[in-house]
Amino acid sequence: MSAPAGSPISEDLLLRIYRVAVLTRALDHQLWLLTRQGRAGFVLTGRGHEIAQIASAATLRRGHDSAWPYYRDMGVGLALGVTPYEILLGALARAADPHSGGRQLTMHLSSPSLRIGSVSSAIAAHLPHAVGAAYAARVRGDDSVAVCWFGDGAASEGATHEAMNLAGVHRLPVVFICENNGIAISVPLALQMPVERVSDRAAAYAMPGVSVDGTDAETVYTVTRAAVERARGGEGPSLLELRVPRITPHSSQDDDAYRSDAQRAAAAAADPLPRLRETLVERGLLGLDEDEGMVRAAREQVIADEDLALAMPDPAPERARRWLHAGDPPHGGAVLPARYAGWAGVFGD
Amino acid sequence: MTEPAAGRTMVQVLHDTLRAEMARDPSVVVLGQDVGVKGGVFKVTDGLQAEFGPVRVLDTPISEIAIAGAAIGAAMMGLRPVAEFQFADYMHPAYDQIVNQAATMRWRSVGAWSVPVVFRAPCGGGVRGGVYHSQSIEALYGHIPGLKVVVPATPGDAGGLLRAAIRDDDPVVFLEHKALYRRGREVVTGDTEVIPIGVARVDRAGGDVSVITYGMGVHLAREAAERCAAEGVETEIVDLRTVSPFDREAVARTVARTGKVLLLHEANRTMGPAAEIAAFIAEELFTELDAPVLRIGADDCHLPYNASEEAAILPDVGRVTGAIRRLAAH
Ligand SMILES: Cc1ncc(C[n+]2csc(CCOP(=O)(O)OP(=O)(O)O)c2C)c(N)n1
Repeated sequence: MSAPAGSPISEDLLLRIYRVAVLTRALDHQLWLLTRQGRAGFVLTGRGHEIAQIASAATLRRGHDSAWPYYRDMGVGLALGVTPYEILLGALARAADPHSGGRQLTMHLSSPSLRIGSVSSAIAAHLPHAVGAAYAARVRGDDSVAVCWFGDGAASEGATHEAMNLAGVHRLPVVFICENNGIAISVPLALQMPVERVSDRAAAYAMPGVSVDGTDAETVYTVTRAAVERARGGEGPSLLELRVPRITPHSSQDDDAYRSDAQRAAAAAADPLPRLRETLVERGLLGLDEDEGMVRAAREQVIADEDLALAMPDPAPERARRWLHAGDPPHGGAVLPARYAGWAGVFGD
Repeated sequence: MTEPAAGRTMVQVLHDTLRAEMARDPSVVVLGQDVGVKGGVFKVTDGLQAEFGPVRVLDTPISEIAIAGAAIGAAMMGLRPVAEFQFADYMHPAYDQIVNQAATMRWRSVGAWSVPVVFRAPCGGGVRGGVYHSQSIEALYGHIPGLKVVVPATPGDAGGLLRAAIRDDDPVVFLEHKALYRRGREVVTGDTEVIPIGVARVDRAGGDVSVITYGMGVHLAREAAERCAAEGVETEIVDLRTVSPFDREAVARTVARTGKVLLLHEANRTMGPAAEIAAFIAEELFTELDAPVLRIGADDCHLPYNASEEAAILPDVGRVTGAIRRLAAH
């Protein structure tokens, strides 16, 4: 069966989204193993959020539009072309980690060349940065869009409201994407906001607000693309709410005891990966053997990256104060394994 | 620009400097509350919106987090934003952005991102502004690695330091004492001069007692020094100009010269910048001292609207004169 007529997303892209999701999941799995082994200090991943992250990131003009993810956005990073190797360097706090040199907790991405803003652990602090990037595009007269991802808990922060209000007043080219997993550590949505939907908030800032199933790649891609095009066309900001499950505990430091077995099972049952796999298989775009091969290859790739990252040195202690101010020698980045030559995440072939 | 014979006030020089920097570099933008049509509550941005348009001079909602945060994001995309806060007292809502974001950005991205933002705000008391229009906040930011904190005392310094702050590749907190905005005029000739951040200036030379200070303290010290000179005590006034990083060499030079030091600021005494400088002197310059280091700051209290209580809390010329005399007599 081929894609239904009028599908908003090409077969090829759908398959690429799945491929990046499989890689993201493999890396996610490996990171949790690394904390259990005591090799990584802290892990927090986006299991259940991947399709929302990757399908939304797939609508950007890579390297032209700016991306402002939060700590759970491994899928956004890999979709835009960050490699698992870099994320492993970060998780292991190695000197060569190009995102933060191992200074920040796992998955705190930062890449000027991919125009990925530096993730801060401070919830919602990056929303105003995205608005500032959109303002910079206005000042320069370029047509780049700023896209910002955050959780449902982040929607309660003052920074979120100030950022959306400023963007709304000046109709700035920014897209706000809330990955609503229904819970912020232990606090459920109903204790986070008195309205039913995060997207209800959009009305206060005169922007369109939509709430969709964030486990459906085609839906996520469609609504995000519309919002990005709207922003690029000078029509102003949008707020998208992508409803997703949180399949893991909040972090490796969290016991998840505040959720019932039934709640955890419901989250696991909403896993977006099997769903996309079924769609691809049904449409004849993916064979089951092919899928097994893809999953196995992703695992092997991540393990190979991990071996390389483990062999890399820690930073020299005397480096600790470097880069507080302008003028220090450049960090130099990481030498990527040869398999990543030409790697462009969901934008590659 | 032709310099008025009578000179310019600090507000005028700040305005002219901003204007010249905007004309020189299209990446310089101004954002804040009432900075547009009104030209700022103290008129520092007067006429800039008419000249540079409503995008480069952006009137924002009353949203300090968004002002600071948007300035940071815009700076990461290559602009040089000057973010104006209406009063230093109202920078507090933006503390997270300035301290957790701007100050850490370069360090946490191992040098990859720069945040060349100037966070400007009118500070200081003595103008019956009450508790929310009078605060001296430099110590709050001086404590934070990655930030520079500048407090000019004169119109000429305000211009040269603002120029340096705008051109600096790192975030700078730029505090302007509102009582100095129109206090005096100065003929400022070097209109393109950049005064490097972190370099102090000897405001008055003297061999008996050193007063190390900045901002409003310079003006209290000048009056006190005049009084003491009449009594035969020669005071050296060192204007730090930059609170963080402060000019250690300039401090060392004046301590070597006089051996007697008064540290003076309008910020609260406890945990104030003077405490840090006193510690530096104790650690590095102990053998140069001929007397205990003295400190004068505000009397660890909020500033009231009521004039008599405000005067009781703030440092004044009398207290400064008394401290210089005490040191001279030591
Ligand atoms: C300003 C701030 N307050 C508190 C925290 C601690 N904290 C870390 S994650 C988190 C929950 C965030 O929930 P949400 O935004 O829904 O994102 P999720 O983790 O569910 O993806 C909290 C409270 C923080 N990092 N920053």
